[in-house]
Amino acid sequence: MTAFDTIVRGVGTLSRLTGRGGGTTLPGRLLLKLDPGALSRLGSGLTDGSVLVSATNGKTTTSAMLAAILNSQGESLVANSAGSNMPWGITTALVDGTGSLGLFEVDEAWLPDVAAALDPKVILLGNLFRDQLDRYGETETLASRWRETANSSGAGTTWVLNADDPLVSEVGRPEPRGEVLYFGIEDLAVALPEAPHARDAKHCRECGATLEFAGIFSGHLGHWSCPDCGSSRPLPAIRATDIQLEGMSGLRARIETGFEEGLLVLPIPGLYNLYNALGAIAAATALGVGLSDCLEALSEMDAVFGRVERFRLEGRDLSVLLIKNPVGTNEVLRTLGLEDPPLDLWICLNDRIADGRDVSWIWDADFEVLAERVGSVTCAGTRASEMALRLKYAGWDASRIQVEGNVGASLESALERCSGSLFALPTYTALLELENYISTSRGLERYWER
Amino acid sequence: MSETLKLLSLYPDQMNIYADRGNITFLENRCQWRGIGFEVVSCGIGESFDPGAHDMIYIGGGQDRDQEQVAQDMITTKRAALTEAIESDAVVLAVCGGYQLLGTSWATDSGIRDGLGILDFETVRPDEPRLIGPVAIEIGSDLSKATVAGFENHGGRTWLGEGVRPWGKVLAGHGNNDRDRTEGVAYRNLIGTYLHGPLLPKNHTLADSLITQALQRQGSPEISLEPLEDDLEEAAHRDALEAALSAR
Repeated sequence: MTAFDTIVRGVGTLSRLTGRGGGTTLPGRLLLKLDPGALSRLGSGLTDGSVLVSATNGKTTTSAMLAAILNSQGESLVANSAGSNMPWGITTALVDGTGSLGLFEVDEAWLPDVAAALDPKVILLGNLFRDQLDRYGETETLASRWRETANSSGAGTTWVLNADDPLVSEVGRPEPRGEVLYFGIEDLAVALPEAPHARDAKHCRECGATLEFAGIFSGHLGHWSCPDCGSSRPLPAIRATDIQLEGMSGLRARIETGFEEGLLVLPIPGLYNLYNALGAIAAATALGVGLSDCLEALSEMDAVFGRVERFRLEGRDLSVLLIKNPVGTNEVLRTLGLEDPPLDLWICLNDRIADGRDVSWIWDADFEVLAERVGSVTCAGTRASEMALRLKYAGWDASRIQVEGNVGASLESALERCSGSLFALPTYTALLELENYISTSRGLERYWER
Repeated sequence: MSETLKLLSLYPDQMNIYADRGNITFLENRCQWRGIGFEVVSCGIGESFDPGAHDMIYIGGGQDRDQEQVAQDMITTKRAALTEAIESDAVVLAVCGGYQLLGTSWATDSGIRDGLGILDFETVRPDEPRLIGPVAIEIGSDLSKATVAGFENHGGRTWLGEGVRPWGKVLAGHGNNDRDRTEGVAYRNLIGTYLHGPLLPKNHTLADSLITQALQRQGSPEISLEPLEDDLEEAAHRDALEAALSAR
């Protein structure tokens, strides 16, 4: 550790002590200014190397799942678990942490840079969906950049890729120097009855023809093939079959790796979390962990903050489900559809930079599916009115929709109106505000201090 | 009222990137609540349409690859019908990429492409940042002005030809080219614009005026739409406007 590193570590502590934000990125920002090669230099100090996790949806949950597996193996991790997933957040984690293996979730757009700096052992890519077009641009452009990274990176990197996402699986073609390990869902019984509106990968990455799907599980994730050039979903080495979705309480699935098989009992709901679990199992497998150890660690998982977390407030259950783009939101809505109606909801839509200033995505999400299942809805956030409008035009009863921009006041009002369980659906910055409100008004811990 | 509004949706599979279906959902509900029928017909790659059969035509924005495919197809299979529909006062709303295609040329990162050339304007793509953010514009004449709010996200810069009328004047945001304060294009009952978000849910009075124009085109000269309970619509418009004006 250089003198710079020691000084900036002090800055982080100071920043937290003075209450100026989480202090989760400031040291890294400072250090990268002083020494642009800091990420690479600090990364080379990790004796067991590093693992990167990227995706539009599920980065944080997948990383937490992989951390749970690796921790159960006695691995000592340096991780950016607070969700600071750009180079300065990862640099901060390296300045602060002591451990032998780095486990970092990485912002999609920054993945090529971080991969170049760290020469990771494993890169796990989960999915690419339409998300914050104002910030990330088109999904195809991102997919091409990922593919260039894969085909130019070192032979020591294993690429763990979602076979069901045409944009992601093609990152493994034509020929990265490192190994490629695919994961995917086999069980077509849980495919959607019809193709959803929010689909971003319609064309073959090789020849541009329209892809065909034998079944779609979510967004554009499914069993795809190109009728023209014959390009198709690779057979996944790590795969899930016999899936039973059990509402908000979780799911079960049989996991096969070719050598072993076992039952996954996941206490976190939704097919999207099955994808997260499959990715984590595949990455752990690449690092040499056996399947039964993976399954055991996952069965004991706690929810990750904001990605399905439950609180008990004044005799009511509060379940928090992050929403941030059409596909992720559709999965949340689908999971809520498995709960007994009437549902009481608090939906908080912000349009700050970290949420995406453009809120058009709410019109691409299928809120229609819950139209007949709603008891009360409270819309909050900087764009509460547009959220309420979206629900009205999705066929929700307007007389059950209340608009109250303020996070605290709206949450109290929603708790008052709800009969038993309240489901909170915040965008990213709304989640931070919710967490802050709950911690200050209810005395729960701040999240970055856990 | 027993009218039915017939809407033609062009390339809904390709040109839908900025939640364009929100515009159609919005029109549909506002017609249905007033007892006005609403029919949507889609027209995609390789298909043709009857220019006299639709009161309103919608085309949205797409990813570059989709827009290139659509541009080629549109020139060969739909140019003549679209021109005829526009000249016979069909209401046309063309957003973002769909707007660019109406001009003489447009551009991707890799070069200049032919447009339909129905209107005299061109879109270029200089090596400058995309124009992204909330927008507010003023439309209409001195007698009846209105404010429209939306969100823009485009790499192309559009320059209108001599005598071609912009749709609005930029109050906040970038507009056609970030230079001349114009936004969009207006011709007969056609609007071309960079405003998505989607546009109509943020501007319910605009949506209603398009519905009125479309029904009048069927030959009912005096259409007066039944008022609706629009508290949420008004609040959403105010907040979208505020998002643009406060970012100015």
